[in-house]
Amino acid sequence: MKNTIRQVFHSPKFVVGFVIFALMLLMVIIYPIISPGDPLQMISKGSFLKPGVYFSVYDSINTNSKTIDLPEANQKRLANKLSDTDKVSMVQWLTAAGVPAEDIDMEDTTSLIKLWNEKYDPTVKPEGMTMAQRNFYKRLDKSLDNILNEQPLVVSAQNQETQTLDEIKRISDTDYVNLKDVPNVKVLPLGTDNFGDDVLKKLVSATKTSLLIGLIAGSIATLIGLTLGLLAGYLGGFIDDFIMFITNLFTVIPSFVLLILISYSIGQDKRGASTVAIVIGITSWVWTTRSVRSQVISLRNRDHVNLSKLSGHSLTSIIIKDILPYIASYVVMAFILQISTAILAEASLSMIGLGPKTADVSTLGLMMDWAMSYSAHLNGAWWAYFPVILVIALISFSLNLMNTGLDQVFNPTLRD
Amino acid sequence: MKGYRKYFGKKIVWFLITFAAAILLNFILPRLMPGDPVAAITAKSAQGISDASAAQEIYNHYAEQFGTNEPMYVQFFTYCKNAAKGDFGLSFSQYPRKVSNIIGSALPWTLALQFPAIIVGWIIGNVLGALAAYIRKGFDKVLMPVTLFFSSLPAFGLAVILMIVFAINLKVAPISGGYGYDLIPQLSWKFVRSVFTHYQLPFWSIVLISIGGQAIGMRSMSIYELNADYVKYSRFLGIKDRKIVGYVFRNAMLPQITGLALSIGTMVGGALVSEVIFSYPGLGSTILQAVSNSDYPLLSATTLIITIMVLLASFIVDIIYGFIDPRVKAAQFD
Repeated sequence: MKNTIRQVFHSPKFVVGFVIFALMLLMVIIYPIISPGDPLQMISKGSFLKPGVYFSVYDSINTNSKTIDLPEANQKRLANKLSDTDKVSMVQWLTAAGVPAEDIDMEDTTSLIKLWNEKYDPTVKPEGMTMAQRNFYKRLDKSLDNILNEQPLVVSAQNQETQTLDEIKRISDTDYVNLKDVPNVKVLPLGTDNFGDDVLKKLVSATKTSLLIGLIAGSIATLIGLTLGLLAGYLGGFIDDFIMFITNLFTVIPSFVLLILISYSIGQDKRGASTVAIVIGITSWVWTTRSVRSQVISLRNRDHVNLSKLSGHSLTSIIIKDILPYIASYVVMAFILQISTAILAEASLSMIGLGPKTADVSTLGLMMDWAMSYSAHLNGAWWAYFPVILVIALISFSLNLMNTGLDQVFNPTLRD
Repeated sequence: MKGYRKYFGKKIVWFLITFAAAILLNFILPRLMPGDPVAAITAKSAQGISDASAAQEIYNHYAEQFGTNEPMYVQFFTYCKNAAKGDFGLSFSQYPRKVSNIIGSALPWTLALQFPAIIVGWIIGNVLGALAAYIRKGFDKVLMPVTLFFSSLPAFGLAVILMIVFAINLKVAPISGGYGYDLIPQLSWKFVRSVFTHYQLPFWSIVLISIGGQAIGMRSMSIYELNADYVKYSRFLGIKDRKIVGYVFRNAMLPQITGLALSIGTMVGGALVSEVIFSYPGLGSTILQAVSNSDYPLLSATTLIITIMVLLASFIVDIIYGFIDPRVKAAQFD
């Protein structure tokens, strides 16, 4: 046993897969400790907040500000306000005024504005430009100046008694607050989703639920598959025929269809995460049964099994002591595969609206489903779906990698 | 030819048995759902009617039309009789449209999308797997992790990624649908071109997914065969390498063909979800529609059609296998 484990950990593929999987598990366990709270709590109004650091505007006004003079500040401010069409117009004027094209860089707004301030002259009349166009450029230039008027902003509050606005504070364009002094700062590494939930927190809890679904479904499928395979292979005769009949039947009838029909007939209200896991489990045992049976048949007439039979050992003890150890490696591999297919099955099922009930838990499939039905992919809200796809892919990639590694250890012909 | 009769006869009997089981499951499972679907649609159309007897009247009318007032076994025989005629009753959600009509308009899209995609993916996957086994070294080292990663991606994940890259960022393909929104299905050059461009992304997403699993399976089979005794013996005899490789891959192909017959069901399942992502007007989208409107006649008919499709496909593959595998032929002369 010890030796086998050592051998398994010598396979680089298994180790890589194992490390990825262990990291995911660690993340699932540790992250909720660092950042406690209900993952399904709606924290933002409005959906699909961009990932980033959010700090309270209210608090930052009330925080002591310091004056910092940065030479680039104004240009950055301008760059933020300038629209793409304005930039295109500016480039057009500059080219018309005879600035060489290689000096103009559309992408670098700061340098574009610098260039504009140097070269723009309202009295110049570039060739072929109408009066209206020249006036447009005058307005554009003026609006750029207005953004930079360097007048302080006035913050005021309404007086309860007189209903007048009292000035509280003036904010000049060189005022800065230290982020550490602002009491309310929320870091949303992956933004929020369509409900306004913190995506990262939800993703971690969804990963946990999906892994559990995989584990439950995988255990059920492996258990059913193993039991049926052992019975069919070892007992033979009528029981074998009967089990194989059922197995062959469910091999050709697509399990996805069964999954749809059963989940549908359970009904939306009763479909919790564990129910879905059980349904997936009882529809995906056929492959395990087939392979366990064929291996047991080849073991059945080995000498050591016959010897046990002659010594009067019971059926269960023969199966446990003489047959199971020989197929254990295979069963472990099948179990690993079952976990990854179950996670994929849950996700696919959720995508067509047959996943677990949304209100209680989140699963990877449900997150994907909601992101898609709120067209996150069309709104450019990559944070709502891409991490989900990545996590699903990483889970099944790591499990598949572990499986290939095990396969190479136990199946010497495949070794490099 | 006489020898084949037993093999094909067995396959046909088996096909009929699975077919019967599929129909039975398709009939029973959706009807186990708690709640009365007829009551739901009565509630919809009887909105605002306060008279209880009038509402009851409407309920009875619908119950009669959908046949839900009969006992289960009578319903089953009517179902079988009607299904044989291609009549699956009326859809709940698109009442009074016929289920067979809805499926009839979705089926060609699914057939034209999935089977070519699965076969192309299977061929490419097998070629890559065989090459990886034969060349080993660098090619294998790069190809294996890549295919393993691709086969780990969920079908819908790959579909979304392809859509983001090619339809939204590069704008070289349309985002969704089976043809342009501004077109009516007809046999014009413009329509055919629109269908073709809409076909690309769903097609390649299914192909890429099926490549992975096939390549991995083919690689293992080929490596196994390359190490077999007959290969070593042939080398001792001095048979040309090219000829040996031919033998090896023919032997390795056989389990892959059986594998195709057995995995068509799983592949179709994944491909249906890809259809949903691209809003492709096929059976995947029909399932989504049926589920979200609790339309069980539509759902059960769609799943039945999918099951029949898969059963037929694996039956055909089995028949082809019978012709290819020399062992089947040999077994007939015993």
